[in-house]
Amino acid sequence: MSDDAESPPMDFNRAKSQWQSEYDHTIMRSDLRRNRSGIEVKPIYTPEDWDSSRYMEDLGFPGQAPWARGIYPSMHRGRTWTQRQLIGLATPEEYNKRMLKIIDAGATALSIIPCNSVYRGYDIDEVDPVLLGTCGTTINTVDDLDMCLNSVPIEKTSIALNDPSPFTLLAFLLGVANRRSIAWDKLTGTSNQSDFLSHFVSNHMFFRLALDGARRVFVDHVSFANKYVPNWNPVSVVGQHMQQSGATPAEAMAFTLCTAVQYTEDCIARGMQPNEFLPRFTFFFDISISFFEEIAKFRAGRRIWAKIVENRFGVKDKRSQRFKFHAQTSGVDLTRQQPLNNIARVSAQAIAGILGGLQSMHTDGYDEVLSTPTEEAAKIAVATQNILRDEAHLVDVIDPLAGSFYVETLTNEMEEKIVDVMRVVEDAGGMFEAVGTGLVQGMIGKSAVEFQRRIDESEQVVVGVNKYLEDDDAGVVSLPRPAESVMQGQLDRLRTFKAARSKVAVDRALDRLAFASINEQENIFEHIVSGVESGLTNGEICGKLRDEMGFGNPLVAA
Amino acid sequence: MGHPLSSRRNVHETALMLEKSLGRPPRVLVTKIGLDGHDRGSRLVAGFLRDAGMEVIYTAPWQAIETVVNQAMEEDVDAIGISSLATDHLLMPKLMVAMRAAELHDVIVVVGGIIPDDEVDMLRESGVAEIFHPGASREEIVTKLSNLILERRVN
Repeated sequence: MSDDAESPPMDFNRAKSQWQSEYDHTIMRSDLRRNRSGIEVKPIYTPEDWDSSRYMEDLGFPGQAPWARGIYPSMHRGRTWTQRQLIGLATPEEYNKRMLKIIDAGATALSIIPCNSVYRGYDIDEVDPVLLGTCGTTINTVDDLDMCLNSVPIEKTSIALNDPSPFTLLAFLLGVANRRSIAWDKLTGTSNQSDFLSHFVSNHMFFRLALDGARRVFVDHVSFANKYVPNWNPVSVVGQHMQQSGATPAEAMAFTLCTAVQYTEDCIARGMQPNEFLPRFTFFFDISISFFEEIAKFRAGRRIWAKIVENRFGVKDKRSQRFKFHAQTSGVDLTRQQPLNNIARVSAQAIAGILGGLQSMHTDGYDEVLSTPTEEAAKIAVATQNILRDEAHLVDVIDPLAGSFYVETLTNEMEEKIVDVMRVVEDAGGMFEAVGTGLVQGMIGKSAVEFQRRIDESEQVVVGVNKYLEDDDAGVVSLPRPAESVMQGQLDRLRTFKAARSKVAVDRALDRLAFASINEQENIFEHIVSGVESGLTNGEICGKLRDEMGFGNPLVAA
Repeated sequence: MGHPLSSRRNVHETALMLEKSLGRPPRVLVTKIGLDGHDRGSRLVAGFLRDAGMEVIYTAPWQAIETVVNQAMEEDVDAIGISSLATDHLLMPKLMVAMRAAELHDVIVVVGGIIPDDEVDMLRESGVAEIFHPGASREEIVTKLSNLILERRVN
């Protein structure tokens, strides 16, 4: 033993070839592994793959170019992340009760999910009552949002509105602020779901207006928010939908960045200055259970976005280059079989997100694959974040995986892969064109089929699905459906609201919307905001714009 | 789960047997009703069925119940697959009533997606022939659907 300690270290190449032969002897078969993005993953990484002479080129320091190590100098040492759990409950009153409890527990941010009827642009008196409030809150009017936010200090609470184009919920929020004499510049939060391209591609639930109309309303809403609601983030570019519908992590990042480029160009074309609107761009991603791949995806994405902002748009300002993102653990990875196992999956996904440097997170309830999450499952999901943040010492060191031969190599390889996919989209004329022709949808569909094949053929293990099966068809408690009487009360309130309005003012507001939708000089969102002041409902605003600009329908191809 | 190759063969054999008995490829309408548009599931399943030799009629999400019934009649389908992620399966009893009113008794209706356990009985009682939960494999879906069509159409 003491002989070994005194002998000089072995030469790199000799040691490596010795290891290689020992490794081959143990494995004795071809053992090619690829991650979800198709990158081959070797059994070991060494300074031959990445060495610290590349430190400044690849990494630098947090809050500095090339941004791999995080967007703020103090990262999670300074401020960890916003716990932004999505909540949607049947009626505004019920939502408000649940929300106040969460605020009492210390939450400073909230997220509002409307009912699917709201997402499709209908008021509750326009859809089958059996569906009302089963997935989210029925918000049709400024009164409804006011009730959701009753006793909530909206000037001190960051509010994420899951609010697709034409952004009626933001218009309602501005109306609530007016009622409470709160200046609009006190409002902070994000128009989640402002990314109509991702809705067109993969989350059609939010796709209310046809592509050209959605594009126009989007840009006008960014311009309006920049001018009048300066602390609001009007843009959330969403990779999550595309990854959930089957894009690989690299593809999802690439499509998201291409979308952000498209929005930047569209805003510039409308006469806006990139250094003014880019600081308000945010991103939203999926975190799958492919642990290192997700971490590398986020680190690479940060670098690429900053390069685009600087080189393509000529913006040197740091605030514009910062790649701020919210992330949600992947629901597709969760299993119906042995559902409590999902708590372990969510933990692994969340750790990847944390090590990837996120700013905001939603962890899924373990029962999301069974039903709309129950309160108990939502509590465990929040506790998971608390445990990871406060117990596990994950946030003591900034970007703790930096310098790992594997993680740095993978980050570089993911970057290359992402840039390759971006080139395909660029060559097709950019994201708007590439989704209009179905190019992007085709790529995502192919990846979804390939991933399913790997599971069906057991190349990718899923515990409880294709390995370690158990007979577990025991029933699981799910969230009770809202009582019919509760929704009847809500329908009555809507009727009363509509009856109390000035018919003349409503008609005039609808006419102004129609006029603005065909007149490019007008900022259409301004007319939505003033329409809400005249009492327009979500269904009326969406309905009018749908008549003028066309209904949002996806490309049908399978 | 079986060996990958054998599972692929099973899928083909089942579908082939069905085609032989019908004297033509089986026809299936794959669609979504209600308000939600998440369509990864319906796209994947449409692909599985097509690969297994079935003729698939695939539509955009948000179909009205009457549209589904009319399309089932016009296209003369053997089965309808409804995909539901966000509670649209609550409309199934209404679809089943409409199917019976149109006398489409021999058309199999199956549902796939996020269906809470305590709502499975409600679906079965309304006449839904099979419910596929997340994790159902291609083999399971093709085989069960083929057998159901075989039972109702041929026997």
